[in-house]
Amino acid sequence: MSIWIGESTRLIVQGITGREGSFHARQMLEYGTNLVAGVTPGKGGKVFHETVPVFNTVAKAIRETGANTSVIYVPAALAAGAIYEAADAGIELIVCITEGVPVIDMTRVMPFILEKGVRLIGPNCPGLITPGSAKVGIIPGSICLPGPVGLVSRSGTLTYEVVHHLTRASIGQSTCVGIGGDPIIGTNFIDVLRAFEEDPSTEAIVMLGEIGGTDEQHAAEFVQAEVTKPVVGFVAGQTAPKGRRMGHAGAIISGSSGTAEEKMTAFEQAGITVMKRPVDVVDLVRARMARTV
Amino acid sequence: MNLHEYQARSLLKQAGIPVPDGEVASTPDQVEAIARQLGVPVVVKAQVHAGGRGKAGGVKLADDPTKAREHGEAILGMAIKGLLVEKVLVVPAAEIASESYLGLILDREQQRPVFMVSAEGGIDIEEVAASTPEKITRLAVDPRYGLLPHQAMSLAFGLYSDFKQVRAAAKIIGQLYDVFMTNGASLVEINPLVTTPSGEVLALDAKMSLDDNILDRRPDLAALRDLSAEDPSEVEARNAGLSFIKLEGNVGCVVNGAGLAMATMDLVKYYGGDPANFLDIGGSSSPEKVINALRIITRDPAVKAILFNIFGGITRTDDVANGIVVATRELQVSLPIVIRLTGTNETEAIRILDGAGMTALSDMDQAVERVVQLAQEAA
Repeated sequence: MSIWIGESTRLIVQGITGREGSFHARQMLEYGTNLVAGVTPGKGGKVFHETVPVFNTVAKAIRETGANTSVIYVPAALAAGAIYEAADAGIELIVCITEGVPVIDMTRVMPFILEKGVRLIGPNCPGLITPGSAKVGIIPGSICLPGPVGLVSRSGTLTYEVVHHLTRASIGQSTCVGIGGDPIIGTNFIDVLRAFEEDPSTEAIVMLGEIGGTDEQHAAEFVQAEVTKPVVGFVAGQTAPKGRRMGHAGAIISGSSGTAEEKMTAFEQAGITVMKRPVDVVDLVRARMARTV
Repeated sequence: MNLHEYQARSLLKQAGIPVPDGEVASTPDQVEAIARQLGVPVVVKAQVHAGGRGKAGGVKLADDPTKAREHGEAILGMAIKGLLVEKVLVVPAAEIASESYLGLILDREQQRPVFMVSAEGGIDIEEVAASTPEKITRLAVDPRYGLLPHQAMSLAFGLYSDFKQVRAAAKIIGQLYDVFMTNGASLVEINPLVTTPSGEVLALDAKMSLDDNILDRRPDLAALRDLSAEDPSEVEARNAGLSFIKLEGNVGCVVNGAGLAMATMDLVKYYGGDPANFLDIGGSSSPEKVINALRIITRDPAVKAILFNIFGGITRTDDVANGIVVATRELQVSLPIVIRLTGTNETEAIRILDGAGMTALSDMDQAVERVVQLAQEAA
């Protein structure tokens, strides 16, 4: 079991003939993901990697292959268009890896997505992986291990770091989700926490936040009110200078709401165990899981 | 990207918002000439990316052109919050009957542009927001339909009782929304929006921030970037495709990914060190990126030791290893370097480093402890 992706995933890659898209399509195939088609306008009829048919439109890809999930690797200027197309054609889960999507585009995409009842993860995210079953995005499969810990994160490589520590300590993961660091994203911490809470195979949750915005504080309130499973959290950016952009557009400290300190306090008050270093994840998850048994 | 007041007001003007005349000067001579041309009294205003200009002495009223020139001499070249003033805006002094506040920001939670409007504008708007938040009206706009006429009117009715002024303000509110959306802004602010004794409604000061992600599709806006207002090493980094922010410490950090870069800085602090910078080499790496990163970091004389922390995902660690070998040779780096590499192509990376007489650690904590120790020994 897992959340959102697994054995029933039928995946298409939008932008499969591009540099990033083709590289990661191969990685997802090698991981055993059920990659059923690619979409690149103008390249319909071609075959990717000898097995994956390429279509001109998402609608055609769905008709021919029964796809239900899409991952987007198109350039930033085309990303909003790709999301609209996937949602319009009936894809249920859209994962947008593309970085640099203008926020104005996202203000128009989000109401469309909500109206269609589609789940969007990202943009500017590493995607998600259900170890041993399916990988949608760019999280390296080699560092993951199937198991009981659900992980949700705003960052990419920091996710890898923490997953790496868990796997080395033989603590496996149910699903790892990177929600992305942009100001407007399709899926937030609370959406993922709710899914992990409902997922019988997830026994503990790791949540990796960072400075900027108030998502972590809201997530903490949600954990306190609705989550019965143990949660361990981390906030990156304790040493970040105020008001400076740290690579993620979202990571701008605004006023008093957004500092690492404030977020860690919110975590502690909600009963989330706070990691001081990424490596602490191992001991803290073990301790919290032992207590619930 | 932040715009200067004079740039923001020109975008407002293009959208039809009434903005008083005014010109930019970079020398006292120009200030005097503009004052003569506009007619006195004028206000001379420092153009820097910092709030609180007035309180810092960067905004001055002049009753005659000679006085304007003197203000220009005093303000040009002064530093406000560490930023050098290279330009001033000279505007006619407006007679003010009332000051309001009009702001439009992109709200992360509502995922929409949200208006913030208050009849009590001016320099103390943050005080108003903090102590009497009820005096600020908020309105979220659904971008599918844009700002609807009745929404603009209801905001304007909150500002004025004179219907002529209400209509004028509603028009400005609509135009402000257009400026925001067409230029991909993350913030637009008119503070103050004033009424004059004769009843006119005017935008007296403007602030604007743009979403950096819009600049690729809008070279006209990208050209507004004031490179002199930024740290030169940060400009160089951006041109090299790196995300870099200079800090005060002595441990140089080269990391892939913003989250891991922040966590690395936090860990440096945890082990008693002080990071010299935030540097994210991004997802797809090339040896050139590493060379550029090392060049920027080694130029800072405060740096005593350098840490590479690379977790290969899309980033290939062998690319980074190649970059380190070439860069240390080319730049003749004499500072101690600690390398932590793990992930994609790590075996190849370690072989490359071995061949150049360098070693890589695979554990982040070990690497950070080591680099902090080396920096302290060298300091």
